[in-house]
Amino acid sequence: MLRVENIFASYGKIEAVHGISFHVDEGEIVTLIGANGAGKSTTLKAIMRLVPPGAPVLTKGDIFFEGRSLLTVEPHNVVAKLLIALVPEGRHIFGNLSVLENLILPTWTRKNDPDVPMDMERIFELFPRLGERRNQRSDTLSGGEQQMLAVGRALMTKCRLLLLDEPSMGLAPQLMYEMFRTLKKLNEGGLTIVVVEQNARLALQVADRGYVLDTGEIVAEGPCAALLDDPEIKKIYLGG
Amino acid sequence: MVIVQHFVNALQWGSFYALIALGYTLVYGVLSLINFAHGDIFMVGAYIAFFVSTALLASDSFGLSHFQALSLTIPLTMLLTSCVGMTLERIAYRPLRRKGAHRLYVVITALMCGLVLENGNLALLGASRRTLPEMLDKVVYNIGGIAVTNLKIGVIFTALLVFVALQYIVTRTRMGMAMRAVSWDKFALPLMGIALDRVIVFTFVMGSGIAGLGGMLFAMSYPVLDPYMGSMVGWKAFIAAVVGGIGDIRGAFLGGFLLAFVEIMVAAFLPSTFRDLFAFTVLLLIMWQRPTGIFGAPQTTKI
Repeated sequence: MLRVENIFASYGKIEAVHGISFHVDEGEIVTLIGANGAGKSTTLKAIMRLVPPGAPVLTKGDIFFEGRSLLTVEPHNVVAKLLIALVPEGRHIFGNLSVLENLILPTWTRKNDPDVPMDMERIFELFPRLGERRNQRSDTLSGGEQQMLAVGRALMTKCRLLLLDEPSMGLAPQLMYEMFRTLKKLNEGGLTIVVVEQNARLALQVADRGYVLDTGEIVAEGPCAALLDDPEIKKIYLGG
Repeated sequence: MVIVQHFVNALQWGSFYALIALGYTLVYGVLSLINFAHGDIFMVGAYIAFFVSTALLASDSFGLSHFQALSLTIPLTMLLTSCVGMTLERIAYRPLRRKGAHRLYVVITALMCGLVLENGNLALLGASRRTLPEMLDKVVYNIGGIAVTNLKIGVIFTALLVFVALQYIVTRTRMGMAMRAVSWDKFALPLMGIALDRVIVFTFVMGSGIAGLGGMLFAMSYPVLDPYMGSMVGWKAFIAAVVGGIGDIRGAFLGGFLLAFVEIMVAAFLPSTFRDLFAFTVLLLIMWQRPTGIFGAPQTTKI
């Protein structure tokens, strides 16, 4: 479904990703794990074709989605036309908009889609807290609720491939597990997911396959069970 | 009675300030950019109105009545002025945005754009002042000793109408929702499948269109045009927007009227040379008490 081929990405003169390749098949959950600054977020931003400042420039390599190169696609079309969505690191919800407005905004490009109200109900089923608070300004939500909103908002684009950047960040352990259970549920409903995580153990328990990134390069890859058993990875990323 | 007359005059001046201040506030609300060329876009609007109306009335082949000419000039002026605003965005601000330039450079660019518009006009059209053709047959209503012209009423109602329309667009439409979203977080808008540039261009189109309308109404009320007519009015409208709370539509509207009231009332009771001194002192006092402006809240709502 998604194929990243030997990409190099930099912010200004600083190169953050030096030749990463990986692929995601339809129906999978794939995780990219690694420490801070390993290039995980950069990779996701590059896939979304986001532009500087805030996102890197792709200097080499190519990204294919269902055989089509993304390099010439504008970021809003990556979402609207190709149906790839990103839950960005730090959530980036629109705090001055109500919860409902945050969920309506991504449906703008689905103008004549009769499924919008149904999808909205689905989000409220998935995250009942958002339903209760639908008319509240979204910056009054707690951190966990904001994360739910960020995921709900991405789902409202009717995406086929969902990228998540550190969905567990700032969440209490209980909420963290709940978030990953929800991702599993969405995946069972047919959504392909790429999740970037610092909490490697949790991500590897939920995902099908994983890639381990270190300073802009992939240092290990494989099925999650194998990565969880790998003594080297255990030592460095899973705390022994 | 005299005071009521002043009141009506203040409403008219306030309308001009408000129409310009709304454009400042819209662009600031969405981009956090103080578009210092905005006062000069107001001037360009007045000139566009001059050329359009002169062209429409000059050629007999159209055979337009004054009223027909007026109703054609309004939309044409707004349209052409928005094109000017759009062009500025495209050639000056967008490249800077793409490069992630610091806000300071964008503000300086805006200032320079304003100077280019002023001096470009001077170079192209010369220093001679121009007069807008009469399009509205003047009617003076005398209500209990207060003289009100139909034009004055028109100006005040237009400002009110623009305010209501803008408030509706920003709070009730999808484009308005996107504008508010951009004001909070530019980065995340493309992730919603919405093109950032589309929202920004729309904002510039609205702001400049309204400034064009203001310029035209101003030129109808004070029919002498010169290339620098937009600079002082523009500065004052900017200050009005800041006092109201820049980024907030209600603030721009209220700020415009507030400034006009202070000015007119000072000029009415004190030597007119005191006008700006007093007006700005009052505004300074308001800013001292509420640095974020009347409607502005620090770091929260914009637009």
